[in-house]
Amino acid sequence: MSIDLILFLVLALVAVATALGMLFSRNAVYSALFLVLNFATVAVFYVLLSAPFIALTQITVYAGAIMVLFLFVIMLLGAERLPASPALPWQRPLAIFLALVLIAETGYLLLFRQAVTATVSLPQTDVFGSPSQVGTALFNQYLLPFEVTSVLLLSAMVGVIVLTVRKKGERE
Amino acid sequence: MMAGTLPISYYLGLSALLFTLGVLGVLIRRNALVIFMSVELMLNAGNLAFVAFARMYDMLNGQIFVFFVMAVAAAEVAVGLALIVAIFKTKRSIDVDQMNSLKG
Amino acid sequence: MHLSETTTTGFFYLAPWIVFFPVIGLLINAFLGKRFPEKVIGWLASMASAGSFVISVLLAYSLWASGGHAQSVYVAPWIHIGNLALDWTFRVDTLSVTMMLVVSGVGTLIHIYAIGYMHEDVRFKHDVGRYRRFFVFLNLFIAAMMILVGGDSYLMLFVGWEGVGLCSFLLIGFWYDMDTLGRSSWANSNAAKKAFVTNRIGDFGFLIAGFLMFWYIGSVQFDEVFAMAPGLQSGVIVAITLFMLIGVTGKSAQIPLYVWLPDAMAGPTPVSALIHAATMVTAGVYLIARSAPLYTLVPEAQFIVAMTGAVTALFAATIAVGQYDIKKVLAYSTISQLGFMVAAVGMGAFVAGMFHLVTHAFFKALLFLSAGSVILGLERGHHHLAKHEAHEGHHEGHEEVFDPGDMRNMGGLRKTMPVTFWLYIIGTLALAGIFPFAGFWSKDEILADAFKEGYTAVYWLLTIAAFFTAFYMGRQIWMVFFGKPRHEAAAHAEESPLIMTAPLMVLAFLSIVGGALNLPGLHTLTLWLEHTLEVHAGEFVLSVALISTALALLAILISWLIYGRKPLEAGQPDPLKRPLGFLFTGMENKWFVDEGYWAVFVNRYVDLARFLADVVDWRFWHDWFHEKVIAGTYNWLSHIFLNRYADQKGIDAFFNGLGEITRKLSAATRRVQNGFVRSYALAVLLGVVSILGYLILK
Repeated sequence: MSIDLILFLVLALVAVATALGMLFSRNAVYSALFLVLNFATVAVFYVLLSAPFIALTQITVYAGAIMVLFLFVIMLLGAERLPASPALPWQRPLAIFLALVLIAETGYLLLFRQAVTATVSLPQTDVFGSPSQVGTALFNQYLLPFEVTSVLLLSAMVGVIVLTVRKKGERE
Repeated sequence: MMAGTLPISYYLGLSALLFTLGVLGVLIRRNALVIFMSVELMLNAGNLAFVAFARMYDMLNGQIFVFFVMAVAAAEVAVGLALIVAIFKTKRSIDVDQMNSLKG
Repeated sequence: MHLSETTTTGFFYLAPWIVFFPVIGLLINAFLGKRFPEKVIGWLASMASAGSFVISVLLAYSLWASGGHAQSVYVAPWIHIGNLALDWTFRVDTLSVTMMLVVSGVGTLIHIYAIGYMHEDVRFKHDVGRYRRFFVFLNLFIAAMMILVGGDSYLMLFVGWEGVGLCSFLLIGFWYDMDTLGRSSWANSNAAKKAFVTNRIGDFGFLIAGFLMFWYIGSVQFDEVFAMAPGLQSGVIVAITLFMLIGVTGKSAQIPLYVWLPDAMAGPTPVSALIHAATMVTAGVYLIARSAPLYTLVPEAQFIVAMTGAVTALFAATIAVGQYDIKKVLAYSTISQLGFMVAAVGMGAFVAGMFHLVTHAFFKALLFLSAGSVILGLERGHHHLAKHEAHEGHHEGHEEVFDPGDMRNMGGLRKTMPVTFWLYIIGTLALAGIFPFAGFWSKDEILADAFKEGYTAVYWLLTIAAFFTAFYMGRQIWMVFFGKPRHEAAAHAEESPLIMTAPLMVLAFLSIVGGALNLPGLHTLTLWLEHTLEVHAGEFVLSVALISTALALLAILISWLIYGRKPLEAGQPDPLKRPLGFLFTGMENKWFVDEGYWAVFVNRYVDLARFLADVVDWRFWHDWFHEKVIAGTYNWLSHIFLNRYADQKGIDAFFNGLGEITRKLSAATRRVQNGFVRSYALAVLLGVVSILGYLILK
């Protein structure tokens, strides 16, 4: 048992556990916090896969900005818990069944088809995935998509303002 | 303990598992916010697969793509949450089962 | 030889203006005349006609100055198809200029007369607005008549021929919504229709003649036709000339188509004078004179023409004896005199015919206009009376319908209308052929020609007709102007104003001296027409002149014995009625020709029309063919076959089924669309799983 495997298994366990926690928490705030934990675990995986820039972005953008936004909205709306309402009758069993089928299919593909056989080691001191490399790629090869992303963010911002702004004369 | 190698398929399996859990979240939860979080979980699972493949092929494109996915996710979350707020304003609820006025 | 080369000298280039002047006059009156006062309208129209007269005089002078050679004046191209080349070309020769002078000269005088006449007429008939219309029509008539006499081809002549026919129709029916007495009725319209339809029959003959010409000669231009005619079979010429004669009998009111002319008196009196006495009705005579080169080729046709004219002359003269309406007498007299002219041109005595045409235009216009003056005089008397009575409070007096044209209502007008009386006397003497009035010379020339050319029958027929002429004119004079008034209106009759009598005086003067045109020995008209027609100077035959004059005087004497010596009393029947018996009844009733035409032609035609309308059109075509065959089949097809089977059971069923399937399908699948977003997500997952499964199992 190599250290890689131990590390992976522990982290994977945490990731799945937090995901399940998010899934089954009655309280939306707990769900959000579980998700933050999950994102952090995934960020560690990114580091293991020689993607330190992505890992940091994950922490700051996802775990930081997005989840704060979630928590903020949850608390703003005061919607931590939902009152019970008649559920769709076949929704839950059918969903679980289909999810099992999905996982079975992917498992079959990975285990029996041997679709991917490559292995990776822990990151060495090479420069692959370093922030400078990512930055070079972003500002050279992917300059146009990068700029378009800024436009996307801008339009999202405008959209959010339009959606939430209170119109004149509108009663709360 | 020696630092050894790890098959990429492990990461992919984990990614698939997380993705399926996200799917389950979308399907079985009624809280619009939790559903949204499940979607984020699915995106994350996808990102994990991207990064794993990037590592496998030694190509940065995967990581760049993850970067863009994050940007899009950020925008999506902002708009999505605004929508939820707007819906809450009129329906006083974020239960997706209450939003079935498009019933055929 | 074609006469297309136009000389640069003379006034020939002005020829089109004989038409343009009246056309301009009528256009101005028609479009701008609404604001003009009556005087302006009347004088404008008169000036337009006078303009034509001036041009005619200039043309006559140019013709005289240039030796009488015929001239063609080209105006505009008309029909150019294949070998046929027809233009609007005026032919200025001595014959056409003679006609132009008569038409525009007499026409102008009648225009002036009409200024006064219509002024009163529209007031008696209570429709002042028609004053302008009258002069528009009158100018239109002058224009059409000028085209008729000025045309260079039979086709152009035909255009004018139809144009004057139209004007005749319009003017006979001028008071279209009343009868001659001003009562509300369609009598005048019917008279107009009668004239128009009768003329159509004649025009049919004329058209056939034109078609024959075109078929055998290939042209309808006068010179070309005359040049080619001698080379044709005489049968063809006979056909052409006789078909043309049908046209002549229509337009110039000869047997058998004369019946429209007496009814045409429904038009206002100036119209009767201008169109139905002086000018239009002489178009037939002009046509024969114009076609002289054709007629002289075929003596048999000439004989038929001459006999037609002679018989008509006598026949109409006898009817005139039995008429009571002052205008009807003159109408039959016109028919009779036209018979003289037709007989003359038929015999080849073209100059005599044209001579009589000219003098007749003078004195018959004079007579008609004087008759109009008499009628208006009586109208004035009647209105004066009616006003007077109304003033005094009796109403029963003027309730009865008063006919101002009935000679039985007249009598003693000599004293109340002296000017008209003397003018009438002059016209009568001219018509009766008393020396030295115009009628004497022209009528005598016809008789002399008939006598000399060996047309014995014609000679005797015309001589007897002349006797009757003098008799009925004498009868008219005694009845109208002598004795005592037989109606109060006649007692109160008033003389006409100067505007009406002045033109009459001019005409009276012409009626007196008109004979000077062609005095025996001088032969002015003969020499003049010689340039156009192959003619010979008529010789004066003393015995003929003596016989006719003696007969005329005798007739006047007899008429005095019957009507003058013992004037007619009011309500007394005609003194001739008893001694002549059924003969007079015949004269009175126009020999029942109209009734005969009705029985033989009109009623049969109505029967045929009724048969066609009722049986053929309605019962066969409408009831059976359209309703049963076409509509029935169609209905069957549409109702039974197409509707019930094809449409309802086929197309409808198919599309209804399609709709039903769609409806059921959607009713089933609408459950899927339950509005729950999680269900949709589940469906998406199902799809993902399925596709993945498919990819694995593939």
